[in-house]
Amino acid sequence: MTETQVGRSPFDPPRDKAFKQELVTLIPHLRAFARTLTGDATAADDLAQDAMMKAWDARASFQLSTNMKAWTFMILRNQFYSEKRRSWRQSQLDQEAAERTLVAVDNPEAPVALDELRLSLRMLPAEQREALILVGAGGFAYEEAAEICGCAVGTVKSRVSRARRALQAILEAGAYDRDGGSAGDAMGSILADAERLSSLR
Amino acid sequence: MIEHVPMEDHRKGTAALDEARLRQQAIGVKLRQMFDEVVNEAVPDEFLDILRKADRPAGDK
Repeated sequence: MTETQVGRSPFDPPRDKAFKQELVTLIPHLRAFARTLTGDATAADDLAQDAMMKAWDARASFQLSTNMKAWTFMILRNQFYSEKRRSWRQSQLDQEAAERTLVAVDNPEAPVALDELRLSLRMLPAEQREALILVGAGGFAYEEAAEICGCAVGTVKSRVSRARRALQAILEAGAYDRDGGSAGDAMGSILADAERLSSLR
Repeated sequence: MIEHVPMEDHRKGTAALDEARLRQQAIGVKLRQMFDEVVNEAVPDEFLDILRKADRPAGDK
């Protein structure tokens, strides 16, 4: 039996120790990714803790020396969407969902200290937001982001590019303004514009 | 791909593209700042506590 086989005994203290050391260094990154997914610091830490424990429990199936950051991000992401599906039966996010996200931002219970970029990000469809965060802030290559999101590399590329355009349009239009009653409509047209622009390429 | 536009419009288009690129860079910098802000926060003790507890085998599960 080789070292990397999944059937290996889960009891392996030196390996566990190495695994844990690396996992600890990833906690700050997991927290940051969770924050961008949930948009809420407390929910994000709950999510990051769950993901951390899931990774720990699944450590026997992880091959040391492969990309642990991408692996833990994938676990965190799966955890996020499975919880979300449970509470809100919708996986396919679309423009309607983006508008609902906007309504959620208007929720008085939402954290107040959001800057304009954060607010604008929340207006993007979730799949675009996560692709942009992974590639634009998380330091992942398109290939790694595709693995994390479970989609094709080309899909990640197009999501990132659409996210960039939409984000720029939102920021320029100032459509992130939480007081704007018509922000939902503005958002719809901005997304439609961004969509049209990217299809022209 | 947008080669059918007249020359002058094309030049304007290039300038606009450069501007768009600069704005994108600015957004990219902000995006990383936003992410790194959280990365640089002190990790709440809870995380390490949970991991420490996971160490102790709670019986033979």
